[in-house]
Amino acid sequence: MLLPFFEWCESTVIASTIQNSLWLFPVIEAVHLLGLCLLGGSILLVDLRLMGVGLTRQTISELNTQVRPWLIGAVTVMIVTGVSLFLSEAIKCYYNQAFWVKITTLPLALSFTFLVRDRVARADSKVAYINAATGVTSVVLWFIVAAAGRWIGYS
Amino acid sequence: MLESFYVWPLLESIHVLAIALFVGTAIMMDLRLVGCAFRRVPASAFTGRLLPWTRAGFVVSLVTGLLVFYSNPLRYYHNVFFRIKVLALILAGLNVWLFHSRIHRRVSQWDLDPVPPRAARVAGMVSIFAWALVVVTGRMIAYNWFDCDLQPQPGFVNWAAGCVVEVGGG
Repeated sequence: MLLPFFEWCESTVIASTIQNSLWLFPVIEAVHLLGLCLLGGSILLVDLRLMGVGLTRQTISELNTQVRPWLIGAVTVMIVTGVSLFLSEAIKCYYNQAFWVKITTLPLALSFTFLVRDRVARADSKVAYINAATGVTSVVLWFIVAAAGRWIGYS
Repeated sequence: MLESFYVWPLLESIHVLAIALFVGTAIMMDLRLVGCAFRRVPASAFTGRLLPWTRAGFVVSLVTGLLVFYSNPLRYYHNVFFRIKVLALILAGLNVWLFHSRIHRRVSQWDLDPVPPRAARVAGMVSIFAWALVVVTGRMIAYNWFDCDLQPQPGFVNWAAGCVVEVGGG
């Protein structure tokens, strides 16, 4: 049912430009990886704090506020490069299990981060297990997104 | 063992995820050193409380990286991107050593400065540059554009990759 959409994706100008270039895909992929590092850092900084480790002398809300622009920047880089990579091999992705794992977990991870975790962090709750559960959930969700993303290249 | 179907991709996935932990947390510290972020957080909080996590990520990526390397040492040895990556690793390592042996020794003098002194800012910038180069060239190792068995190549490519090309051959 969705296959025609994926075929359309691969027929876009962005897709064919990337396909017709020897170096464009690797370069976008490398930027995607740099974005992953920035994303990993800005996500983990708050997640570790929520779990009660890392920068524990600062309040959760303080770290959350200060890291937020970098988190949003990283997510933006990831989505722009990720969508470009996807367009160039959309049909391969359609038949790729890892892609479907990633693409279903990603909206969960994003909404959890910006709707749930953000509120928990702002509240600076003293209830350790709520904070810890939030941090662990975030790490697990993003881990699945990243690991499945890497796995797209193997299958 | 490394020839088995899943081990290599697994090792490489762990390698990448460990890099996200290690380079990710390192970048956060670098941004503080450069004065771009966390200006109200003492620099020593990063070098004291966050650095163990950076180190843990580094150890995991080093071990998995070495295992991947030993799966095909000759191929990596003659890969231009691998060679640049090793140089970038040396630069990053020297920067870490310089920072901790000199600049960080006097951290109490600038711990709370929103923008740390020039030496710390430079160390932060060199760190971001070197680790970014490590990540990019590391990803590029997968591409065989400049491999020795793909001739002809420009002379400097063969020199950089250490290829021995038969003169007038073919």
